[in-house]
Amino acid sequence: MTAVLELKNISKIYPGVKALEDVGLQLFSGEVHALLGENGAGKSTLVKVMTGAEIKSKGDIIFQKKTYNFSTPIEAQQVGISTVYQEVNLLPNLSVAQNLFLGHEPKRFGFIDHSLMVKKAKQLLTRFNLDIDVTVDLSSYSVAVQQLIAIARGIAMSAQVLILDEPTASLDADEVKVLFKVMNQLKSEGVAIVFITHFLDQVYQISDRITVLRNGKKVGEYITDKLPQPKLVEAMLGKELKELTGSHRAESSMTQKRENEKLLRMENVSSKGSIQQFDLDVSKGQAVGLAGLLGSGRTEVCKALFGIDRLNEGRITLAGLKLRLSQPSDAIHAGIALCPEDRKTDGIIGPLSIRENITLALQARLGWWRYLSKQKSQILADLYIEKLLIATPDADKPINQLSGGNQQKVILARWLAIEPSLLILDEPTRGIDIGAHAEILSLINSLRKGGMSLLVTSSELEELVAFASKVVVMRDRKKVKELSGHELTSQHVMTAIAEG
Amino acid sequence: MNTSEHVLSNGPEKPDVNSINQSAEDVVKTTTATESKLSIDGSSRYQAGTNSNIGRYLWPCCALVLLLVVNLFLDASFFSITYQDGRLYGSLIDILNRSAPVALLAIGMSLVIATGGIDLSVGAVMAIAGAACANLLLIPDISVATVIMVGLAVGILAGVINGSLVSYLGIQPIVATLLLMVAGRGVAQLINQGQIVTFQNDAFSFIGVGNWLGLPMPVWLVLSTLAVCQLLLRRTALGLFIESVGCNASASRYLGINDKSIKVFAYSVAGLCAGLAGMITTADIQGADANNAGLWLELDAILAVVIGGASLVGGRFSLLLSVIGALVIQTLATTIIISGLPAKFNLLIKALVILIVLLLQSEKFRNQCKQLVSINKKREV
Repeated sequence: MTAVLELKNISKIYPGVKALEDVGLQLFSGEVHALLGENGAGKSTLVKVMTGAEIKSKGDIIFQKKTYNFSTPIEAQQVGISTVYQEVNLLPNLSVAQNLFLGHEPKRFGFIDHSLMVKKAKQLLTRFNLDIDVTVDLSSYSVAVQQLIAIARGIAMSAQVLILDEPTASLDADEVKVLFKVMNQLKSEGVAIVFITHFLDQVYQISDRITVLRNGKKVGEYITDKLPQPKLVEAMLGKELKELTGSHRAESSMTQKRENEKLLRMENVSSKGSIQQFDLDVSKGQAVGLAGLLGSGRTEVCKALFGIDRLNEGRITLAGLKLRLSQPSDAIHAGIALCPEDRKTDGIIGPLSIRENITLALQARLGWWRYLSKQKSQILADLYIEKLLIATPDADKPINQLSGGNQQKVILARWLAIEPSLLILDEPTRGIDIGAHAEILSLINSLRKGGMSLLVTSSELEELVAFASKVVVMRDRKKVKELSGHELTSQHVMTAIAEG
Repeated sequence: MNTSEHVLSNGPEKPDVNSINQSAEDVVKTTTATESKLSIDGSSRYQAGTNSNIGRYLWPCCALVLLLVVNLFLDASFFSITYQDGRLYGSLIDILNRSAPVALLAIGMSLVIATGGIDLSVGAVMAIAGAACANLLLIPDISVATVIMVGLAVGILAGVINGSLVSYLGIQPIVATLLLMVAGRGVAQLINQGQIVTFQNDAFSFIGVGNWLGLPMPVWLVLSTLAVCQLLLRRTALGLFIESVGCNASASRYLGINDKSIKVFAYSVAGLCAGLAGMITTADIQGADANNAGLWLELDAILAVVIGGASLVGGRFSLLLSVIGALVIQTLATTIIISGLPAKFNLLIKALVILIVLLLQSEKFRNQCKQLVSINKKREV
């Protein structure tokens, strides 16, 4: 069997950094090839070289036995290599149909045939079980739907090689199933698919072959069925990973006493269009998990607690005091902190330094006239860089130059600096590589042991069950079940999500 | 400062943070590979960052110095300054004096642009403030202090209106301030009842034509505004908050900054500066011309901020660099006059020189130039 696309000895050198060194990759038609590695391992750079977004420093790209030197993404697209990037790269103010066919619209007498375009767009989306109005602006749909549309666009270009960079990061379980169905269909049509993801379970569900990168070098190529998961993790990290989950349950009885002191109480809380009659109790030093599918109201509970969404009815009390929350600063003054779901738009202040990102929340709470001097904020920043093991040469580096995991740690540090009594974490481990993932989990645990109350939402049920002493399951914007004690297993949570 | 000191002194001993350290240590042993790799590619990027930081001050200053040197060749007496009747005279003083209105506008504009907005109305606000002051001065026995207060209040009011339209009604800054840019001149014409209002008041004229300690009054006004704003923004957290809102308004709201009031504040400062600039031009000609006072100066102010290296998307700002930008624009105007070129070339040359200054600031453009040079060298070899 010969490869459709073969990369030989690819190197990519940025000034001062070798991003890729002698990396090879073989893609066969009708196969899903998982490209794995931690953040910064070189996956994205390899994809960019393959698609002409970056020009390789050395090596050969052989596509169907011909050597190519792509210098722009268009050249690669024209021969049949199509990419769906991690962040949706579509135009929010154009309609769904226009987005799907941008650049290759169906034409009639040299003009765009709108009715045919709409018809074709509908056909294309039925493959994804998406029955939506394709004439509406793309921005009116959720990120998950946009992601599916982006993938549909990649397929519409009738590619021979389809590269999916973290396509499932913002999809829920059902949508992932739909995507996998489409991927299997494409496989049987002979398309070679590159699948990049952080979810190892999904790798085993869908892929046939795995290539692992580490530090810009290829660790190896494996047949998925013959590589057990622990070996895969070892290959990605270069060392053995300790068992992370399931070790904390024993300690929970120790904190039982403290848990009798109620900290937060939400009673009958409703917010227009987001949550309905929601009740929740959180005790001191307790970690409560919020589970549910995307759009089940998890994030909305966090937003209501943080003063972003207004309440229509119900009351929220914190340590016995009734809260009036009309903006986040009200919640912060009461002692509530929130690490938002969308780190990029609501979390980091991109161009500002790590130091400023860490101290801003404290500064905002102090008020503009009580300025934290540079020395004081430097001490604070250095303290948290050391304590949370943030990988950076110093505190002056802009935060947008850090990897996702380190950005998340900076945002955690920002909130630890104001010493909140309740810390809300909305999907704290999304899009973060395995190493940083583990560090953030152990951080959550030590905070809980230190007496901080936590409210955590996560799509990874194993993770939730591991550190939460109570999990609230949500569906259709309502609380459907509360699980604790011996009932608290990922199986039970899963059933509750599915059945209510 | 209580809270901060509390955090600093208690931080290290806190049990939770200590235990974070211990438990995280176990994990990090398994991930040292990742960490070292991250710091390698991180440090190289960081150095690139510091270089461009120096470049931020380098290029606007270079442009100014270069223009001054060109002037020296055109006119040997360009740098000579004489002292007569308690006042300094010379081309340099002239440039400082004439650039004052634009420099003041640029200071306010820097803040607005830093929040990611733009203020097109400052020229019109100058006209309103000028008209208001000129008409008040026609009232016999009115105190100059009252007139000045009214002029400044008019500016602040205009700024508050702009800021409220932008942050509370959510109107795009360019549209919101365009409203006042159009309406503002109308208001000024109404106040003046369609006439050019002139006045005789030496105390008020002092703002525009007076001098103190040898320097013209407008120069002092720019210097003191710059100093006050610098203190207000950099010795408190206001400057940081403005930058934070400009970089990411949503995230700033999530961390407890009231982004809306910060924006209103920025527009108010821009209005205040415009009011002051309007009084200077009015005092200078001892009259208020609603049609021409401050006409197109908002564009010069935006240009000054851009020459100072600020991004129109918002974020970091430097008041000093914006003032240098205003000086570059005024020096250029003087240079063109000294060069003796026919006046019809003025605008074209101005645009060309500014284009060059902006290109030099762009790192991408400089890199492309470097590549061109290196290719040529290779060919010669």
